[in-house]
Amino acid sequence: MELRINGKKRTVTADAKTPLLYVLRDELDMTGTKYGCGEGQCGACTVLLGDAAVRSCQIPASAAQGKEITTIEGLAQDGKLHPVQQAYLNEDVFQCGYCASGMVMSTVALLRAKPKPTEEEIIGFMNGNVCRCGTYPRILAAIKEAAKA
Amino acid sequence: MEEKTPTFDPNQGTEQHRAGKTDKSRRRFFKLLGGGIAVTFVLQDAFALLSDSGSAPSPRKAFADEVDAWLHIGENNKVTVYTGKVEVGQNIRTSLAQVVAEELQLPIGSIDMVMGDTALTPYDAGTFGSRTTPSMGPQLRRAAATAREIVLDLAAKEWNTDKHTLSISNGQVLHPGTNESKTFGELTKGKEFLKPLAGDVPLTPASAWKVAGTSVPKVNGEEILTGKHKYVSDMKLPGMLYGKVLRAPSFKASLKSADLSAAKALPGVVAVQEGDFIGVAAPDPQTAEKAIKAIKVQWQEVPQPSRAELFSFLKENASGGGGRGSTRKGSIERGMNTATQKLKSSYTVDYIAHAPMEPRAALAQWENGHLTVWTGTQRPFAVRDDLARAFGLPQEKVRVLMPDTGSAYGGKHTGEAALEAARLAKAAQKSVTLTWTREEEFTWAYFRPAGLIEVYSGVTEDGTLTAWEFQNYNSGASGIHTPYVVPHQQIQHHPVDSPLRQGSYRGLASTANIFVIESQMDDLANLVGMDPLAFRLKNLDEPRLRAVFEAAAKGFGWGSAKPAPNHGFGVGGGTEKGGFTATCAEVAVDPGSGEVKVVRTTTAFECGAVVNPAHLDNQILGAIVQGLGGALFEAVDFGNGKILNPHFAQYRVPRFKDTPAIEIIQLDRKDLPSAGAGEAPIVGIAPAIRNAIAQATGIRLKSLPLVPKGMKGMLGSR
Repeated sequence: MELRINGKKRTVTADAKTPLLYVLRDELDMTGTKYGCGEGQCGACTVLLGDAAVRSCQIPASAAQGKEITTIEGLAQDGKLHPVQQAYLNEDVFQCGYCASGMVMSTVALLRAKPKPTEEEIIGFMNGNVCRCGTYPRILAAIKEAAKA
Repeated sequence: MEEKTPTFDPNQGTEQHRAGKTDKSRRRFFKLLGGGIAVTFVLQDAFALLSDSGSAPSPRKAFADEVDAWLHIGENNKVTVYTGKVEVGQNIRTSLAQVVAEELQLPIGSIDMVMGDTALTPYDAGTFGSRTTPSMGPQLRRAAATAREIVLDLAAKEWNTDKHTLSISNGQVLHPGTNESKTFGELTKGKEFLKPLAGDVPLTPASAWKVAGTSVPKVNGEEILTGKHKYVSDMKLPGMLYGKVLRAPSFKASLKSADLSAAKALPGVVAVQEGDFIGVAAPDPQTAEKAIKAIKVQWQEVPQPSRAELFSFLKENASGGGGRGSTRKGSIERGMNTATQKLKSSYTVDYIAHAPMEPRAALAQWENGHLTVWTGTQRPFAVRDDLARAFGLPQEKVRVLMPDTGSAYGGKHTGEAALEAARLAKAAQKSVTLTWTREEEFTWAYFRPAGLIEVYSGVTEDGTLTAWEFQNYNSGASGIHTPYVVPHQQIQHHPVDSPLRQGSYRGLASTANIFVIESQMDDLANLVGMDPLAFRLKNLDEPRLRAVFEAAAKGFGWGSAKPAPNHGFGVGGGTEKGGFTATCAEVAVDPGSGEVKVVRTTTAFECGAVVNPAHLDNQILGAIVQGLGGALFEAVDFGNGKILNPHFAQYRVPRFKDTPAIEIIQLDRKDLPSAGAGEAPIVGIAPAIRNAIAQATGIRLKSLPLVPKGMKGMLGSR
């Protein structure tokens, strides 16, 4: 199976039904994308398919074929953080940080679809991402900052 | 590296008694750290840990002031701090580096923190109880200050001047008289200096802090935001296998029979049975799962209490009281005789789950009879000891490392995954990684205790408390004592053999006890027709608790603002682990749908001198959000030894939509020692919400969670 991840072609041997999450983490050692529940309930495994945020634990790798997959590893360019990452860094958002890549990927998708979201739109879009440390207000602030950038 | 003998030690005399027998250890220590160095030891354990005999330091009293750490300054001016404390999101990797940077006047980037590695760091009982800031923080400050004094002594000798004329800045000692300067590394000149922690070394007072006390950003924030940080579940070793354990269908079930042959027949699979433990290791997780499913197994299950009967079970199976925290003062009977109003209430608190975003995980490697395990645990040394015991190994043949982990909240005191991965790795003779599924984490971890708490209290017409009887079944002792002045008290803690596995939690039992105390206080205020805040303050002497109540009330607009229709205001607070907290909350209850929404909260918090305001803010924020889950809807459902809601779809945790507008007021007391802050700010939110619901609806709820299904059907009963 051939996948296009962060602008590069990758050939993988995993079974077509294997969720994309495990292909990324186990076969390709791209462990920035996290396992949180395996049930699409927490958002820790969020990646982009094209411009859309998807829960990589819920989609078979085969369904990602022919689409551009973007993971947290593909955001920073030439050592420069993506504006969303930079905004999160500026806001010093995280405690344990385990939800971070899912939060950032969801934010990137949100801002691609809606560059100037209202607070209500942000909350609605991000509600599927869990931060058990409870940093939601800081994430909200980071998203607002990124939307201004 | 060439081993040298120290030629100059400013405090040689104090160390001589140790020097002879520890020469060998000392050489190993310097060899390990390398470079020309000045070292400050904290306690003698360092020698034992590094000695050839391998007699690792033994656990002593857990909360002694003798917290161990050591610090090393390299020739390159790099400071390395070794501490057994671990990072689970409290941001202590940052705050501990800050206090060291403060005393050494170094940029934060010059400090490397080695944490929670049983081979490199001194013994530590664990990272819990909000002990890092009040105990490890001051020790590291002293260690850093001791190192600073060594450097100053060296410079004074070199320049033949009084050390008090010298100053330190940015890793250099400056001679104001001659404008000369030398870096720490230049002064140590590759020599070795070994010095114990000096008890009388001058520390920079909080009022003069320049690095500590400021909002230094999370030191590894960028690694986390780029996905580069390796949590345990991200770690890989060449040729490693993926482990999976066969779980029993219910708690306490025992194995009747098992046939592993079909699993063993799968390519590359190692299947293990040791007693009731059955697990597999496979080249990939999918094969591991297939192998587990291929195992034919029969279990003997045993009937067990279910949630529906939980609270009657706790009462019926309680010990006669006398558990930790039990006290008596005066006589309840006499106190009640002087009361004009009496109130007897019974409260219940469900089990709740920590649900850390990173489930338990471990990576185990055996090499030449040595076991190395990377795992996310709050107690790496205890896990090392567990592993040593399980495999009959001496402690020095087991190493446990804890990389910064995806949270814990008191839920990772244990090392289940470490033990499982090590067993499988031993059988497979290959490294094994093992990450619990979310369902496993919800089922086989441990829970915050459930509890039944009965309160009988008396008050006079003018709002003075006279009697307070508090019977706590199974919740635990933390926060069990009322902070209010009551002349007659009886407080009983009745431990129970809990139906579910239970353990530590953020704030421990104070989440239950303070919920009950503050709910009862509200109902007493209501009974005597007083404002709930005024009633509290009338019965409260503790100035630090008074201060946070007053600050929260002021910030919230208590007394000046009035709630809109179907809205209510509530207050709750208390003290725990050296932190003082008070929270005011506004809730809105939809009279049609019964939905309860927390609209806004104001929390005032005081924990002595603040080390990092932004990160303290984050801890308070996190405590409010997490506390809101336990207040409103979190509960573990179970029946007959099975967890019935082991998924995020069923076990509701706070999300963006649940989060109110959160105002935080820090009372920075630079005149008081810094206390931990990860736990205490959680205790006020649940009673504040409960009391706000009472004001909005007149319904005085007595169970946590308060409104797991909203209030539809309850509101008509008004």
